[in-house]
Amino acid sequence: MTELIRYTAAETASAIAKGEVSAVEVAQAHLDRIDAVDKKVNAFLHVDTEGALKAARAVDEKRAKGEELGPLAGVPLALKDVFTTEGIPTTCGSKILEGWIPPYDATLTSRLKDAGVVILGKTNMDEFAMGSSTENSAYGPTGNPWDLSRIPGGSGGGSAAALAAFEAPLAIGTDTGGSIRQPGAVTGTVGVKPTYGSVSRYGLVAFSSSLDQGGPCARTVLDAALLHEAIAGHDPLDSTSIDAPVPAVVEAAKLRDVRGMRIGVVKEFAGEGYQTGVMQRFNESVELLRELGAEVVEVSCPSFTLALPAYYLIAPSECSSNLARFDAMRYGLRVGDDGSRSAEEVTALTREAGFGDEVKRRIILGTYALSSGYYDAYYGSAQKVRTLISRDFDAAFAGVDVLVSPTTPTTAFPIGERADDPMAMYLADLCTIPSNLAGNAAMSLPVGLAPEDNLPVGLQIIAPAMADDRLYRVGGAVEAALNDKWGHTLLEEAPAL
Amino acid sequence: MNLVSYEDALASYDPVMGLEVHVELGTKTKMFCGCSTELGAEPNSQTCPTCLGLPGSLPVVNAIGVESAVKIGLALNCEIAEWCRFARKNYFYPDMPKNFQTSQYDEPIAFNGYLDVQLEDGSTFRVEIERAHMEEDTGKSSHVGGATGRIHGATHSLLDYNRAGIPLIEIVTKPIVGAGERAPEVAKAYVAELRELIKALGVSEARMDKGQMRCDVNLSLRPNGTETFGTRSETKNVNSLRSVERAARFEIQRHATVLTDGGTIVQETRHFHEEDGSTTSGRIKDNAEDYRYFPEPDLVPIAPARAWVEELRAGLPELPRVRRARLQAEWGLSDKDMQSVLNAGAVEPILETIAAGAPADQARKWWMGELARRANETGTELSEQPITPAQVARVTALVAEGKLNDKLARQVIEAVLAGEGEPDEVVEKRGLAVVSDDSALGAAVDQAIADNEAIAAKIRDGKVAAVGALVGAVMKATRGQADAARVKDLILERLGVEGQ
Repeated sequence: MTELIRYTAAETASAIAKGEVSAVEVAQAHLDRIDAVDKKVNAFLHVDTEGALKAARAVDEKRAKGEELGPLAGVPLALKDVFTTEGIPTTCGSKILEGWIPPYDATLTSRLKDAGVVILGKTNMDEFAMGSSTENSAYGPTGNPWDLSRIPGGSGGGSAAALAAFEAPLAIGTDTGGSIRQPGAVTGTVGVKPTYGSVSRYGLVAFSSSLDQGGPCARTVLDAALLHEAIAGHDPLDSTSIDAPVPAVVEAAKLRDVRGMRIGVVKEFAGEGYQTGVMQRFNESVELLRELGAEVVEVSCPSFTLALPAYYLIAPSECSSNLARFDAMRYGLRVGDDGSRSAEEVTALTREAGFGDEVKRRIILGTYALSSGYYDAYYGSAQKVRTLISRDFDAAFAGVDVLVSPTTPTTAFPIGERADDPMAMYLADLCTIPSNLAGNAAMSLPVGLAPEDNLPVGLQIIAPAMADDRLYRVGGAVEAALNDKWGHTLLEEAPAL
Repeated sequence: MNLVSYEDALASYDPVMGLEVHVELGTKTKMFCGCSTELGAEPNSQTCPTCLGLPGSLPVVNAIGVESAVKIGLALNCEIAEWCRFARKNYFYPDMPKNFQTSQYDEPIAFNGYLDVQLEDGSTFRVEIERAHMEEDTGKSSHVGGATGRIHGATHSLLDYNRAGIPLIEIVTKPIVGAGERAPEVAKAYVAELRELIKALGVSEARMDKGQMRCDVNLSLRPNGTETFGTRSETKNVNSLRSVERAARFEIQRHATVLTDGGTIVQETRHFHEEDGSTTSGRIKDNAEDYRYFPEPDLVPIAPARAWVEELRAGLPELPRVRRARLQAEWGLSDKDMQSVLNAGAVEPILETIAAGAPADQARKWWMGELARRANETGTELSEQPITPAQVARVTALVAEGKLNDKLARQVIEAVLAGEGEPDEVVEKRGLAVVSDDSALGAAVDQAIADNEAIAAKIRDGKVAAVGALVGAVMKATRGQADAARVKDLILERLGVEGQ
């Protein structure tokens, strides 16, 4: 039974479809695993045992009736606690939403349910997805299954850790500046930020609306592709949703062939601040791609050096507005309502008590950046940088099919190390942010361990908007070649919990 | 405060006005979600995650809202943006679920237009339009426990979000200069004309009494002969035509009083008081409030296709000004008479009465006479009187058929208003038909002649004008139910005198 938790999503679905195992057995195996290890990992904020078993039973009944099952029917999934789930708490890792039970499902949530995916529970995250370590959660940090004293990345550390700890074969993250890819990189898992607008944001509690994008997290490229297909596609409830067919990502993941592809190495993502072992594994990956028949060229994207400051103006600006609704009037925490205070005072006290430091820091930053007299210099300039970054990408993609870089400059750092140094923390997203600003697609997949600390290193692949399939084509080929070389998957090297 | 007289104020100062009018569109659903916009529903029964601003919810633009905005823009002779965006106006208030209002800022859907308004003297004044933009309404707060219903002194507040998200169009004028002493009249005429226009477009009922149309009056004074604008006050939520005029007038006098005393005007919002037509200070705006506007990232830009805009332009209904001129010509009215019809709100009832078969002059006579008087006395709209144009038309038909005379018709109208039923039923029940039976009348005529032999003799002698007294006697005897003309003929016939 313990073997069930090591199955990939594709294997799990196939075993259920063939009747080799029931969806309930699969769900129970994962619930048992969560029970056994999550006290240590703290990947989950809420485990929905009853809901998961009910969903699994529904799949089994469907199969018993001879109905056709979807490609992910019965596969368990860990859902980042930033998507609304009807009847199930949704906290976004914040005290201000403690106890809030949404009356509606996010579009992504209902698509998962429709696909027969079994939602095990909601995963830990940096408060409102602001952070790169999951230390900003109001509910305690999540440990990295490779070394529980280290961060699992963030903001989607809970989702990535749940995969690496074999608590779920699939997870959902959201990526505003790297919150899917960076946790993927530091936990040795696969994470994809789809093209902006390809996965509905309806029911995704907004951090930065123009950057937020939900996406798949998995242990294999194919599993990520299967999940990608299940959640992507036009949603009339999200005005920014793209009304176009989803690229054939599953097909691309199975191709395992990069011959003739042109791959650009982003020159700017190297040098000072990049860990030796990270660069070593990255350079080996580039070499591997060349061996596999791809043409590798160096590409310069000079504006990328401005991405981080631009991001830290745009994202906080939007967040300052998006988070204004948490005012204690309609839902969530309410502090100081003893009959002696005005609504304004209760709102102020609630926000003071309910938001953590990083959230407050960004609200203040964004409020300032949008203020009259500063708008042009800050928000306005940042939007111009955004345009420059998009142009750099356009120029690069005119000559190459995908770009590659390390996903993060370093491997997982110890919990607490950067907690009081926001600037150091922000650098973790240096390589991932440009894709959010440009709205294109990017993936991180594991390419080995850094020799100096034996911690996972991620390779980032970036594709033009709506060419998400290229990520899977390149990622699938790299993954297959590395697994062949190692004789096993990287996660099998992770220490037992 | 002793106010400078209006005349004295104008002797020294030149008023500059800006009018901001909010119109609630009559769309079936809200601006950014599918909730109903029906008025009068149970509080918070017409809400969803989006209009409650629940975490994760997103807006989707109401296409009819955009179409209405474009129609209004076109009717106001505006340019229609080829590309525009929504923006977030950020401020905290409990009746605003997201604590930002989705509005438009520097990219309105319509801009640079004008509206010609007609003043009482028949002259035309052109009010230039700065912009018309789309936004959403807020919820409604009611403050409980205080004496006044205002937030001051209240123990708690209740929030109703049914109104939150109802589409609004905000129409902002450019500074209205050059109106001089007629500024208050221009303000009233502008709002009245705008209301007619909105109604004609069919995009809103534009009922000011129901808050479907709300007006802010911004006003400043500058010394006569100078160019620079003075500091303005913003009088909020002035919600009737008369109040718009009064508020402008009061502010002119108040500003002049302050300035004459050597004081300075504070930029502030002011509340208007219906009771005495005064305004009082609301909150001070030391600087322009910082709403931290930025483009709404949850909505994609709106780019109204030129062909579609032209299609809407071609489909615009006859606009009120044009229609008024046409009706005035058709009805053969003087400017003054037409103005009275307009002021009474009688155009539609008259038209409908004509459509139901009444002659134009008869239709106008009833609506502008009896019914207008009643509306005035009861403080109600003419269109709200408990009588239909069809019923009025039926009464005029009964008169034309000779079944009712003027006096009886009046009684029938009153009975219909009193809820006694259809005109024919009233005639039947009350036995009000004109006595046209000559034998019955003949007896009354003979009696009248017998009772008034002296007068009858005069008539026989040729003083035909004296017949009035006898007619009066007959009418009295028949309790007014006789046809006076017929009575006159019968008397003259009996007396052997030729009618003149």
